[in-house]
Amino acid sequence: MLALSALAVLAPVLLAAEVLARRGHLRGDRFAAASLLIIVVLVAVFVFLPLTRVLTAAVQGPDGTLNVGALWPRLTAEKIWTLACLSSARRCGVAWNTLALALLTASGTTLLGLAAALLVTRTALPLRRLARLLTVLPVITPPFVIGLAIILICGRSGVVNALLESWLGIPPTRWIYGWPGLLLAQLFAFTPIAFLVLVGVVESVSPTLEEAGQTLGGGPAHVLGTVSLPLMAPGLANAFLVGFVESIADFGNPLVLGGSFNVLATEVYFALVGAQYDQGRAAALAMVLLAFALGAFLVQQRVLGGRAYTSVTGKGDAGIPLALPRALVRTLQAVAIPWLAFTVAIYGMALAGGFVAVWGRDHTLTLQHFVKAFGVEWSAGGLLWTGGAWNSFWNTVRLSATAAPLSAAVGLLTAYLLHRTRFAGRRAFEFGTLLSFALPGTVIGIAYVLAFNTPPIELTGTGAIIVICLVFRNMPVGVRGGLASLEQIDRSLDEASLTLGAGGATTARRILLPLCKQALVGALVYGFVRSVTTVSAVIFLVSGDTDMATTYIIGRVVNGDYGVAIAYSAVLIALMVAVIVTIQRVVGVRAVGARAAESAP
Amino acid sequence: MPGRIGGATVVLLAAWILGVGASPAAAQGSLNVYCSVQLEWCQTLATEFTRHSGVKVAITNKGSGEVFAQIKAESANPRADVWFGGTGDPHLQAAEEGLTTAYRSPNLAQLHPWAVKQAEQSGYRTVGIYMGALGFSYNTELFKKKGLTPPRCWADLVAPTLKGEVQMANPASSGTAYTALATIVQVMGEAKGFEYLKRLHANVNQYTKSGVAPVKAVARGETLVGISFVHDVVTEMVAGFPVAGVTPCEGTGYEIGSLSVVSGARNPDGARKFVDWALTAPAQSLGARSKQFQVPSNRSAEIPKEAPRLAEIKLIEYDFKKYGSSAERRRLLDKWDKEVNALPR
Repeated sequence: MLALSALAVLAPVLLAAEVLARRGHLRGDRFAAASLLIIVVLVAVFVFLPLTRVLTAAVQGPDGTLNVGALWPRLTAEKIWTLACLSSARRCGVAWNTLALALLTASGTTLLGLAAALLVTRTALPLRRLARLLTVLPVITPPFVIGLAIILICGRSGVVNALLESWLGIPPTRWIYGWPGLLLAQLFAFTPIAFLVLVGVVESVSPTLEEAGQTLGGGPAHVLGTVSLPLMAPGLANAFLVGFVESIADFGNPLVLGGSFNVLATEVYFALVGAQYDQGRAAALAMVLLAFALGAFLVQQRVLGGRAYTSVTGKGDAGIPLALPRALVRTLQAVAIPWLAFTVAIYGMALAGGFVAVWGRDHTLTLQHFVKAFGVEWSAGGLLWTGGAWNSFWNTVRLSATAAPLSAAVGLLTAYLLHRTRFAGRRAFEFGTLLSFALPGTVIGIAYVLAFNTPPIELTGTGAIIVICLVFRNMPVGVRGGLASLEQIDRSLDEASLTLGAGGATTARRILLPLCKQALVGALVYGFVRSVTTVSAVIFLVSGDTDMATTYIIGRVVNGDYGVAIAYSAVLIALMVAVIVTIQRVVGVRAVGARAAESAP
Repeated sequence: MPGRIGGATVVLLAAWILGVGASPAAAQGSLNVYCSVQLEWCQTLATEFTRHSGVKVAITNKGSGEVFAQIKAESANPRADVWFGGTGDPHLQAAEEGLTTAYRSPNLAQLHPWAVKQAEQSGYRTVGIYMGALGFSYNTELFKKKGLTPPRCWADLVAPTLKGEVQMANPASSGTAYTALATIVQVMGEAKGFEYLKRLHANVNQYTKSGVAPVKAVARGETLVGISFVHDVVTEMVAGFPVAGVTPCEGTGYEIGSLSVVSGARNPDGARKFVDWALTAPAQSLGARSKQFQVPSNRSAEIPKEAPRLAEIKLIEYDFKKYGSSAERRRLLDKWDKEVNALPR
């Protein structure tokens, strides 16, 4: 059914692509023309259409009638924009809170991500593999677990406060609730994403260029500052943009740790489902949120505009990667090692919760939570899946495994089109691909229900709507990673391939894709992981038959049943580690003819 | 072969996607229930109703605010048949907007007057299935350690000794906290009520987003006192935390957990059958089995022994019609946000 209707839409699109290519657009490349049209149609249907549906509420009165006059007061509300906190003890507007937090988080995650990427790729850090795994852990942790673990460590009755009180007599405080705790949690949660974006970029910086810098007499620090870092600029800018957008769209952490510090994502959510039931206000707040994302995007474009960052060319690269200055290595270690220790503490704390009777109260060891969630019994009829979590678990595996390759494919193809072809409206198209990432999941979820609940596209209640939502929500990471990689690959490689008679499709597959392996791994891993851990986007899309792991976990958390929630999270983490290792094995690493240093410094 | 995505993988994937696309929401003839109480309770309801009637039940477990938003978004082509549980205000709002449909169950006669009144006020578009009184919770260990006397009345919460030690949810986001706001306005009158809320503001350390967060914070010693429904306090007590619940001496409000049939339900007969059954005494005793301690609306339903005794609680004549209407709610929330929440602490 679905396949047939998809085919019916696909045929005219391919025909149009043929016409476009014949008339000489996109250098007459049929592959580029077809890909472009398909992606444009997909983004129009699955990003723009639902967004338009939900944002029109901003110009509607409470009863659904058109009321354009309501838009202005909703957008300019004092509650959103006041700057009173600068001059008095009163609060500031939620927009400023969001912006300040996002800037801090994005700067912090980019710096920490860069530190981790340099340490992992450029030094002989002991326990490198462990460090690599630890940096990924926060990404694969289901929401709320981190927030709760941070409360158990840093909360008023937490370990840190208890020690401070008994040793130094400092009365316990609640600093963790509010922006400091929120910033901590976001740094913790989003640095790994910056790391994933940056590790590929750091690896791609041409050792030859660095060697040339040293030959010309530059010391390691000088070369790092004038050659390596500038070459990483696109990666840094992309990491910053992703961190910024993640921060403004984050919902779980502000919910658990925000205290009275409000941000747009939670305000939108509660305008929609809280005691106000005000869709108009939610839509207006979502617009402010989108404006921030657009702003960050434009700034990034301006910063990067028109410079060259190519470092992978067709010529053999025989340089040895630059050794980092010793002082820098020490600084990086001083930052990264406490951070890793904190990671271990958080995870130790969180995982312990799955093995004790009542987390934070009764610490008798038990396996009852695992039995409750994942119990299996042998009976006369065969295997009985008695645990309550099996249904949602298999759903999650199936839907995420479907969504991940699709979002990687769509994301990388989009990156290819954006970077290697020229067409009118390219910038607008690029921003369009970011849209669904910047909005809080709740808004996307409601938008999907509004847009796809009635024919011609009737999808609610199926697994397909969840997959499609996940694909378009996660594709921006593929786009960002792909762009960062392509930025570094010289066009002469494409040209050589085209001159030798290969078409656009062959060039993309045989030349560019192997050189973008890191981005492919990143997109696949991230697509899968985000699909497994996402909650707010799917909350309106799941039905009785397509329950997801996270919605099940949230149900447990809301009821204070942390044991089962954590046991489930532990199983999901194990699943994701296995999947990540498999993806890395299967896709493999890119080999860019660079030697490794003979002896590590 | 590493590094290649084989044709078999592609075929497999395609098969999987098609499988995903083909799975429908629910088989014909079954009943789609959006359920806003605790998951175990929902699941017990589903199994027991299937046993009782032979109708298959698909449960979707979500908070009442989320279900409201979803039913509203789906109204052009409704997916749900019945909406079970969750605080009464969103049910009343749904009734006001015509998202739910009227049904007078013959079993209304077995219910407490407050549940019948809920049905009458909504034009029989919703009906009360349980009641929970509002109150506070406090951490018994921390009170002992600090040598404080536990609060008994609303007035005790503004004492200087509790500065920065009270937690309540933000009424704009939480139905529980909105009930608290409306209760205080009804107990003290609007002018005096807002004076009180301003003084309380000085003692509040944070307005949490979720309504159950304060009692959980009390349980884990993150705050001394929290404003919440007393049956949620019992749940924490049963889990082994050092908490105790209080219902204020001046009188207190309550929520009526409700049950509605969705307009345009695909299985209207099943939906009505479900409502009839859910109002019976045996069906209403299922909550206690899942460690939920609200008071059932069926007069002969068994009341769990841990549940708060209604006879010991001074309940006010809570005006659901007035305070559940969207206009009044928006006015009170705006006023609270401008006059109370915006104040420095």
